[in-house]
Amino acid sequence: MLNNVKTIEKTTYKKPTMIFDDFDPREDKILRIIDNEGEVLNKELMPDLDDETIIKAYKSMLFARVADQMAVSFQRQGRMYTYPPILGQEAIQIAGGIIIRENDWLVPAFREMAIMLAKGVTLKEIFLYYLGNEQGSNFSKANHVLPICVPIASQLIHATGIGYSIKYQKKDEVVFPFVGDGGTSEGDFSEALNFAEVWKVPVIFTIQNNQYAISFPVQSQTKSVNLAVKSLAFGLPGIKVDGNDFFAMYVAYKESSDYARAGKGPVLIEALTYRKGAHTTSDDPSKYRSKEEEFEWAKTDPLIRLKKFMDKKGIWKEDEEKLIDGYKLEVDKQFTEAENFTPYPLEDVFQYMYTDMPDILKKQKSEYEQFQSWKEKRK
Amino acid sequence: MSVMTIVQAINNALDIKLDEDKSVVMYGEDSGREGGVFRVTEGLQKKYGVERVFDSPLAESAIVGTGLGMALSGLRPVVELQFDGFTYPAFNQIISNVSRMHNRSRGMYKVPLVIRFPYGGGINALEHHSESPEALYAHIPGLKVVIPSSPHDAKGLLIAAIECDDPVIFMEPKRIYRAIKQEVEDGKFSIPLGKAKVLTEGTDITVVAFGAMIRECQKAIVMAKEAGISVELIDLRTIYPIDKETIAESIKKTGRIVIVAEAPESFSVGAELMAIANEEAFLYLEAPPKRVMGFDTIVPLAKGEPMYMITPEKIFYEIERTIKF
Repeated sequence: MLNNVKTIEKTTYKKPTMIFDDFDPREDKILRIIDNEGEVLNKELMPDLDDETIIKAYKSMLFARVADQMAVSFQRQGRMYTYPPILGQEAIQIAGGIIIRENDWLVPAFREMAIMLAKGVTLKEIFLYYLGNEQGSNFSKANHVLPICVPIASQLIHATGIGYSIKYQKKDEVVFPFVGDGGTSEGDFSEALNFAEVWKVPVIFTIQNNQYAISFPVQSQTKSVNLAVKSLAFGLPGIKVDGNDFFAMYVAYKESSDYARAGKGPVLIEALTYRKGAHTTSDDPSKYRSKEEEFEWAKTDPLIRLKKFMDKKGIWKEDEEKLIDGYKLEVDKQFTEAENFTPYPLEDVFQYMYTDMPDILKKQKSEYEQFQSWKEKRK
Repeated sequence: MSVMTIVQAINNALDIKLDEDKSVVMYGEDSGREGGVFRVTEGLQKKYGVERVFDSPLAESAIVGTGLGMALSGLRPVVELQFDGFTYPAFNQIISNVSRMHNRSRGMYKVPLVIRFPYGGGINALEHHSESPEALYAHIPGLKVVIPSSPHDAKGLLIAAIECDDPVIFMEPKRIYRAIKQEVEDGKFSIPLGKAKVLTEGTDITVVAFGAMIRECQKAIVMAKEAGISVELIDLRTIYPIDKETIAESIKKTGRIVIVAEAPESFSVGAELMAIANEEAFLYLEAPPKRVMGFDTIVPLAKGEPMYMITPEKIFYEIERTIKF
């Protein structure tokens, strides 16, 4: 059997297309197209995007950032509950948002607000969720978006299952699940990748490697050379991408989407980024990371980079302050709508547990109603 | 009508649903080509193809989690976990996602998923192959838990489970997989979930059981009858949502209840039945409700298992004690 080793190597590591070939994660290569100053480093890979698309992408990133920062301040004002900021991770999600189609599936973890917006989830719905109402996960306009999934990496497996449905039903759809760097240590991460490749289903797994799982640095999370390389154990292509480089993320998603849509199977993207904010509004990053480190990473900020690129190309002519003011008004409007949403009825506690409410729940509900009316009379 | 074992009845139910509904797919460890370690799914892959009936890689969390993904995107998967004691790697998916997706999405997504596995002791098995974890699953809001005790019920309940838009844990009494043969209706029929069945009417005492314990209770009833005791035997069939009404009505009639199950006694389905007896029929009780259940121990390996297992003698012993209280 020993002389089969070579064959095994061949079948488990394959080189599907040029970009996966050129950026071999075993050599810790990274796909990067523009540098921190917005200079194009890799002209060959620079995507052929028109100015309008680039400007629109920047505006989407800016809107997400304004909404995110306002969400944090709403929480600080005591108007909203715990919220996980996406600050610094906008390029990944907006690039993905351009590639993901109407009928494709978005399977978020809980730090994907920007791509949820891109997929048609309303900001009001996102706020409603963080205001403590599950109705925020009943998306009125977005098609094929799963609710936020808190148990780490468990959602990746759902994505693989959806991939199976797509393949079985012969649909032209792709699944876009997300996970953080910490989630790659979970068994469900490995199981999802393994099943996806065994079944050859159209799933693009994105790891938003923002360097920390709450306080735990990625360097301690794994001794793998990077996270993209983990794909090779399961036989699927993986690529490490500069997640703060909008163009690199766009190319990674474009190539992955072409690959998945061609029926070749799943792909793993490690998007290297930095969580500029806290893990959630309940977290204090100063306890586990230095100002120097934050300063170094700040140089790679995805918005600043794209802006510098646009300035160099002379295509950015907007008054950014004015733009931000407009966005703030819009965010405020949606937050107010969420705040003024119908009060949470007792019915909602019970009625979605099953498609038909069992007698046991009806009784528990009616006993609570009796208690409520007793309380009313007592006043 | 055809004479069938539980194994054949389950196979027949799957066959009927696979045949009439293209959205039904079925998979698990060794469930495809081999037809499962108990041969429950034998012949189905050959009939319906590898896309619909297949072997999955070995990972319970992924088997259940992918089933959830499929259920959210237009399929009605039936997944098989190989043994009761191997369901725990899937526990996080079941408790954190499967049971909650309908509620989490406020009804935007339904979860028509059936998770089947054999359960229970009495087969001289290795560790992890003799467990009765029904209470673990019945305690999770959002799930339905079903346990048949006969070929007829196995078929009708499984068809109902596959047609249900909520996730169903379908536990199969492996000890009597082939031990009981029964006339089963041909073609499609279903038995509503959430309804217990009075198997034997009686006047002196109510015995509530389910799954493999029904057969043991039926033997105990013969002994009781010889002793002049009239037993009413109720088969729960669905553990959750539990049919309180049927149980309470019976206790109101007999004034006494003995509960039989092979799971560890503390914090069990037996404990829930004690609560129902007290909450719903307190003033009718003429003796303390009694549980005949497993010890709060691990099911012993073969040499020790007979002491753990519930026998007809033990059930009769407690019936008589409760009558004489």
